Amino acid sequence: MNNRLSIRLAVIMLVIPCSLLVAFTHYPAIQALINSFWNNSSSRRPSRFSGIENYQALMEDDRLAQILINSTIYALGTIPLAIGLSIGMALLVNSRLPGTTLMRLSFFMPTMLPMIAVANIWLFFYAPGIGLASQILEVFGMPSINFLGRTDTALASMMFVAVWKEAGLFMIFYLAALQSVPTNLKDAAKLEGASALRVFWDVVMPLLRPTTIFVAVNALINAFRLVDHVIVMTEGGPNNSSALLLYYIYEVTFRQRDFAYGATLTVLMVGLLGLLAIVQYWVLNRKAHYQ
Amino acid sequence: MTRLKSYATLLGATALTLTGVASVSAADLEFYFPVGVNAPAVETIQALTDEWAAANPQHTVKAVYAGNYEETTTKALTAANAGQPPQVAVLLSIDLFTLIEEDVILPISDIANSEEDKEWISGFYPAFMSDAQFEGKTYAIPFQRSTPVYYYNKDAFREAGLDPEAPPKTWDEMIEVGKALTVKDDNGNVTRWGTRIPTLGLGGAWLFGGLVVSKGDVLTTETGIEARMDTPATLASLEFLLRLAQEEVMAPGGITWGDTPKAFLEGQTASMWTSTGNLAFIEENAEFDWGVGFLPGGDGPGAPIGGGNFYVFQDTTEEEREAALDFIKFMTSPDSAAKWSIATGYVAPRPDTWETPEMKAYAERLPQALVALDQLAYAEREFATFQRAKVTQYLVDAIESVVTGNAEPAEALSKAQEGADKVLGDYQ
Repeated sequence: MNNRLSIRLAVIMLVIPCSLLVAFTHYPAIQALINSFWNNSSSRRPSRFSGIENYQALMEDDRLAQILINSTIYALGTIPLAIGLSIGMALLVNSRLPGTTLMRLSFFMPTMLPMIAVANIWLFFYAPGIGLASQILEVFGMPSINFLGRTDTALASMMFVAVWKEAGLFMIFYLAALQSVPTNLKDAAKLEGASALRVFWDVVMPLLRPTTIFVAVNALINAFRLVDHVIVMTEGGPNNSSALLLYYIYEVTFRQRDFAYGATLTVLMVGLLGLLAIVQYWVLNRKAHYQ
Repeated sequence: MTRLKSYATLLGATALTLTGVASVSAADLEFYFPVGVNAPAVETIQALTDEWAAANPQHTVKAVYAGNYEETTTKALTAANAGQPPQVAVLLSIDLFTLIEEDVILPISDIANSEEDKEWISGFYPAFMSDAQFEGKTYAIPFQRSTPVYYYNKDAFREAGLDPEAPPKTWDEMIEVGKALTVKDDNGNVTRWGTRIPTLGLGGAWLFGGLVVSKGDVLTTETGIEARMDTPATLASLEFLLRLAQEEVMAPGGITWGDTPKAFLEGQTASMWTSTGNLAFIEENAEFDWGVGFLPGGDGPGAPIGGGNFYVFQDTTEEEREAALDFIKFMTSPDSAAKWSIATGYVAPRPDTWETPEMKAYAERLPQALVALDQLAYAEREFATFQRAKVTQYLVDAIESVVTGNAEPAEALSKAQEGADKVLGDYQ
């Protein structure tokens, strides 16, 4: 049997994915870079080359500074929390407790809902006075908190929704990983007199590491990619306290119709993500331990 | 499916023309509309659209619900930039300058240019026409227009020993009355606030415009290049919003637009400021006696005018423009406008609508509906400039940063003015 592909066929088969990549990834990225050096022209403002003006505006943009801080807090807060929670849930549903099927289903449920639906549900939970959160506080005699209307709680409220939504998905990955941990390793450790905690920490956790890295990469991507709940719940407010980078790009580009500055922000985001990707590959190559 | 249908219509029309049976030209209209209030708006729009289509079988029209106001504008502009605009759309009146700058809309006065048409255009309330015109041309036709009004719970007024027929008229009265209306539980937590003025987002900026008008100033002018954000009137208005929270009349922090009618219905607040477009929703759901008054003012009554107008897009054929104009005339005709106004609470944009028997019966059943009409005499245009979305954001940021306690009013307003001037400097 001849395993070699003819050159002609190989080229044809490569053209399709390559053209998709060029059309939807490379061309827009390069176009954004070019646009970021021009002003935002319209019928009333002539188009002109503006050099690094947009980048100067970027440096002086107070809103952007606030938003970058928000995005960092959001990523640093949601990723470890979602990972921790999903490991906990995976351990729980992997145990021999009764009702694990029901638990799996209910933990996974938030993942199946579209983000827009999730955001609308939580919008109602957070509604001051009438929402579930207020009613719980009321039971304990505490005043109702205007979660989405306060600058000190809005971002945390968003993060809570994201963790709630994402932990279920990550749980599935951890569950699969847990079930592939060989029982003879655990048995051997137990035979040596290791406590359950010790077994988890020294036997199970190292074997979960590839899953953790995979999940962390996904969580990081999602931290930048998912902004539906911000649009539905707060529109970045109050006072930009819950705005994230991608939301800002959407607002500047499509609501304010400032395509030039939107392109500049996009370049910033692509740059940031590229940097993160490099760091992740480095960590992945060094720390991941695949069998 | 839709495309198939339009081909079929086209084929049908061609066949008709070929056989010489009919000479009317057919048009396929796409009509984008937003919903900004809690009302059965989609059903009503669909019913009116169907009615027009039934009366004009040579045309087809597809009504597309495109989300809230801002989403609808975004969608319409994106579609227009892609060369596939809707022929006709209801969009925010304040998006006029954006639509002109993007060069996507057609002045309606260019298509409606017969004597009869001119008379039709002059038949709308002047207050609603002021922000539909620019540089001597009429670009838009008023449709879902509103002003905010002061809704109050009469039962709560009675409970607090206040006269339920005398809503507060001034800011001071509003605070005084609000104090009496605020109720706390045994733990000292507030269970019912005196009032609720949304302060967040575009809705917050809209109402803020009303506060400013009542202090005898305006935020914006018809030129589209002037933003008056840092004035004594804006400062007084922002300080009033702060005072409401300090005096424990209104919940501290930012207040959302969307939750407000719900909070009023649930008894979380004894009064609220919101659009007349919510009248029907409140009437249907309130389980208590309620009333409506003018917005209490600083130096006198004052309110912003808001809502949406009909726009016709440029990238259309003669036939489509004719059909679109006919469609708009139908939608704003006394009968249609009466149905729309009664279903939602929007202020009917023409005096002749109020003369119809349906509207007279409605005004008798729900006298609250007349308050907004009377208030029109004291109302001014909503904040609008070129690059409205960007410039308004400076105002929104100023209001939000102050009500959430992150900035001082004077400082926030001067920062907003600086930002707005920088953007508008390009147009001077």
